[in-house]
Amino acid sequence: MINATLKQLSQQLTAGQVSAVELATAYLDRIEALNPALNAFITVDREKTLAEALAADARRAAGQAGLLTGVPIAHKDIFCQQGWKTSCGSRMLDNFISPYNAHVIEQCQAAGLVTLGRANMDEFAMGSSNENSFYGAVKNPWDVNAIPGGSSGGSAAAVAARLAPVATATDTGGSIRQPASHCGVTGIKPTYGVVSRFGMVAYASSLDQGGVMAQTAEDCALMLNVMAGFDERDSTSLERAREDYTRDLAQPLAGLRVGLPREYFADGLAADVGRIIDNAVAELKKLGAEVVEVSLPNTQLSIPAYYVIAPAEASANLSRFDGVRYGHRADEYKDLVEMYEKSRAEGFGSEVKRRIMVGTYVLSHGYYDAYYIKAQKIRRLIANDFAAAFAGCDVILGPVAPTAAFNLGEKSGDPVQMYLSDIYTLSVNLAGLPAMSVPAGFADNGRPVGLQIIGNYFGEAKMLNVAHQFQQVTDWHSKAPAL
Amino acid sequence: MSLTHQDVARIARLSRIAVTDAEIEAVGSQLNNILGLIEQMQAVNTDGIEPMAHPQDVSLRLREDAVTEPNRRDACQAVAPQVEKGLFLVPKVIE
Repeated sequence: MINATLKQLSQQLTAGQVSAVELATAYLDRIEALNPALNAFITVDREKTLAEALAADARRAAGQAGLLTGVPIAHKDIFCQQGWKTSCGSRMLDNFISPYNAHVIEQCQAAGLVTLGRANMDEFAMGSSNENSFYGAVKNPWDVNAIPGGSSGGSAAAVAARLAPVATATDTGGSIRQPASHCGVTGIKPTYGVVSRFGMVAYASSLDQGGVMAQTAEDCALMLNVMAGFDERDSTSLERAREDYTRDLAQPLAGLRVGLPREYFADGLAADVGRIIDNAVAELKKLGAEVVEVSLPNTQLSIPAYYVIAPAEASANLSRFDGVRYGHRADEYKDLVEMYEKSRAEGFGSEVKRRIMVGTYVLSHGYYDAYYIKAQKIRRLIANDFAAAFAGCDVILGPVAPTAAFNLGEKSGDPVQMYLSDIYTLSVNLAGLPAMSVPAGFADNGRPVGLQIIGNYFGEAKMLNVAHQFQQVTDWHSKAPAL
Repeated sequence: MSLTHQDVARIARLSRIAVTDAEIEAVGSQLNNILGLIEQMQAVNTDGIEPMAHPQDVSLRLREDAVTEPNRRDACQAVAPQVEKGLFLVPKVIE
């Protein structure tokens, strides 16, 4: 049961082979046994979870169940959920019990999904290793000496360790794809604007996008059907007709044009990761895909552009944490300014402070054009690169990260080294495109490696089709760590 | 270009984050490393390129000027550090 996919759990619930309460109990027991070693969850509340499960069973008994009613889910601790601590991995929000629900949470509740707990993450989603959480680093279930990736490291570790069959996540610069790759699970970041940001604690608003991780592409498609949709409370939510993301899963791949960006296979890509991606491309060729070389010449510039735009937006977004309306307030201060300065110095961790200060600097008087506007122009160049590439292909494939998961502590002392490892994921967020990570093999050190699939705008169904067909002929996605 | 301790203190002040004298050296050196990384942008010619704010280049929607939020003051203030009679309390700002 613990290895069952969402699809299988849905079938078992519908057939009455298992109840929502039994399912929730099995996962809670597993979390209780394994979470102390993995630290994938910040908050678990058996009573609340079982109350949701009971309600789901009642709904099913009343004949009002949907496809996923009673299926358990872990929520990244960034989505505000009424009555649950929503810490965002920060001391700043350690005392914050959310008074309202994010749109994503509302959608999941309407579908009858049962909350298993709140998944650990890098503080305010800033990080690529999950070492920036106030609640301690998450461990990679495949190797507890390895990082799980970040910032949605708790979500990825939970799904990999089978502590949850599915988990919500967010991706601002790779925070779904990179941990999904490092933990060997399937993750999707939709087109910017497809999933509402309402109630999702803001990091960099023009880049932040909610998404999901599960074992399979099919499960991700089922979840996207729940999560996606217009929401007027998010000013950048897109008004589009509802779509069924499972509609193209079974399409054959014959004639699919797959673009390989030469910049993603250049210096800096570890040989073992490169081999795994080559093998994955070969599998798709066997399924009838046709490979074309494409070029994304401004890839290298995604790093400086991202590390201007994201901190700039973060410095503005995080100004709301002032110790007045919610969040941490220092014990002692002599005036209002000192209250702000001490509350923020105590409440934020060092990476968050760094990004706020970088953002404050690049937005400050006299530097705005040189940094922020310059970065927004480079952002356009990067989006133009993708537009040119998609003229000749249907999806773009490449690695998610230059190496498999590195060791805990390996890069935590050097922020710039950490930033450079985001090279293959940042461009997608800057352009606002959808992308996935799909398990594709294991590196020489035994740690999982994901294949990145990048789609054109609103190309989720196409990407999910490619991922699903790949998963019909490979079994990397069904491998689980021995725990 | 390199930030001095004075620059770092100014940025910290603008950010409303207390940085102690003991921290300023390390914070400054990390900020300088990051600024060194983002300096790479200046090598690119972006003349005539329109800055991109939203991937779909959509403009923000307008909505009716109407009250849409219910009054949930008590629930929202339950998480506030200090409140009294429905007001958020802060240190005295006007003498």
